[in-house]
Amino acid sequence: MIWHKETTLPKVDLLVLPGGFSYGDYLRCGAIAAKSPIMKAVKNFYEIGGFIIGICNGFQILTETKILPGALIPNTNQKFICKDQDLIVANNKTFFTSNFEHNKTISIPIAHHDGQYFLNGPEIEELEQNEGIILKYRDNPNGSIKDIAGVCSKNKRVIGMMPHPERAVDKELGSISGLRMFESVISNF
Amino acid sequence: MTPNEEVFKFKVEVIFKKGVLDPQGEAIKQSININNLGNILDVKQGKLFELTASSKNREQAIKEVERICADLLTNSVIEEFKYYEVSE
Repeated sequence: MIWHKETTLPKVDLLVLPGGFSYGDYLRCGAIAAKSPIMKAVKNFYEIGGFIIGICNGFQILTETKILPGALIPNTNQKFICKDQDLIVANNKTFFTSNFEHNKTISIPIAHHDGQYFLNGPEIEELEQNEGIILKYRDNPNGSIKDIAGVCSKNKRVIGMMPHPERAVDKELGSISGLRMFESVISNF
Repeated sequence: MTPNEEVFKFKVEVIFKKGVLDPQGEAIKQSININNLGNILDVKQGKLFELTASSKNREQAIKEVERICADLLTNSVIEEFKYYEVSE
């Protein structure tokens, strides 16, 4: 565990920015956390080709630091949505999705109020062309453009997603799709 | 604040860019119309910030305010800002 006030990273293979809330979602979700002391080191880690996963608030922080494109804004229905969500694997050529077949439907819970992914005109086209959309919602719950639930960076080493794979790691929890994602990571290292 | 500095006050308005869905504005518009408060075609909800700067001169204060707006108060993917100096 690395505290947000730290300024350097230990030697790591993978960084995970978990979900939850930071700074009460004041200003914009993830905006103030994106300016935390540790984030300079996270940016450097990205620039040297490090592997990073941002989940929910972690995804919001990665967009606020511009490590990932786009922004997360409030859900169109203005409600906090917490439910199991069907997703389509739009890109299975990343270290986090390689255990799935292309276009496979998987189930991972979502739990967010600000999960509507937004990116405009030429930038969204660029994201599509670079195969940057990795997960799409089936029955879009929050108004995300192009049904986007998760994206990756141009170098495919940074993943951001609103659904919570860590909450789908045991049959008792209803799904093991998330476990398959973490297994993808292990098999790619 | 050092003896060589002056206080400058600014207001900063932040609003969603055109094309970004503003569900809060939409809900407010519906309430206006349902309650017959007026014939309102569109509502956008934004944010207002008041910044009190201590700077050696106005030019420096404006430079800092612009940087704060661009780096922190707004996300250029979804929002735009304008600022103006106020006396009080």
